[in-house]
Amino acid sequence: MSQSYNRGLIEDFSRWREFEAGMWAWIFHKFTGWVLIGYLFTHIAVLSTGIPAAGASEAAISAGNDVYTQTIVSLEGLLLVRILEVGLLAVAVFHMLNGTRLLLVDLGIGLEAQDKSFYASLILTGAITVASVPTFIAGAF
Amino acid sequence: MAERYSSFDSGGRMWLLQRITAVFLLVVLAFHFFLLHFVHHADEVSFLASAGRMESLSYYSLMVLFLVTATFHGVNGVYNALLNQGLSGTKRTVIKWTLVAASVVLIAQGIRTANAWAGIGLY
Repeated sequence: MSQSYNRGLIEDFSRWREFEAGMWAWIFHKFTGWVLIGYLFTHIAVLSTGIPAAGASEAAISAGNDVYTQTIVSLEGLLLVRILEVGLLAVAVFHMLNGTRLLLVDLGIGLEAQDKSFYASLILTGAITVASVPTFIAGAF
Repeated sequence: MAERYSSFDSGGRMWLLQRITAVFLLVVLAFHFFLLHFVHHADEVSFLASAGRMESLSYYSLMVLFLVTATFHGVNGVYNALLNQGLSGTKRTVIKWTLVAASVVLIAQGIRTANAWAGIGLY
């Protein structure tokens, strides 16, 4: 049988000293989830510039003078956007790794190593993010 | 004991869908990041390149499915988070249908964009 646990309110930050690995994993998963759904709406809004761009002349599209190409190129030219993209990668990687951990926990796999797998998710997120920085920043300067 | 318990319905249909979409998203999101940041680079994006990818039926179908599953997983996740925070009654109904409407708009807008790239008239 499934069982619900009272995990309290996420806003009760005064309780953070009592938190164990599982509670931090829950909070980080929730936070990264909010960021990712927020980004999805923003992402589609930016990509929607492809709709007016489709009406541009072939010459303008070939030259990259359409509104979509110009929007993306100008955004990617901003160092802040590149840094935010690295942050997005970190958020996505953590959500994916911790999500895998949650799927395994749901299947009853590795229940006794829940805290260790959370720390492993954090370390792996850090490693993948750091290793990706050169690729994400390339061409920004 | 505190009074508030999780209303997350473990074992329900939405619970299962959240996990099935999670497995799909794990693979497709990794592919998406890899293709658009490591194979192609962010500063090389152009309408022509995006259109070139989207003109392939398999890529178009995968991206539409990606959009639908990501929207469901994200919006259902937000809804579950709000339920865990104690959302109930009329507020719950209003927020539920607001989230459904936002999802429909997001998916419709995403498909319009994909159609514009793929050269499909409906956009």
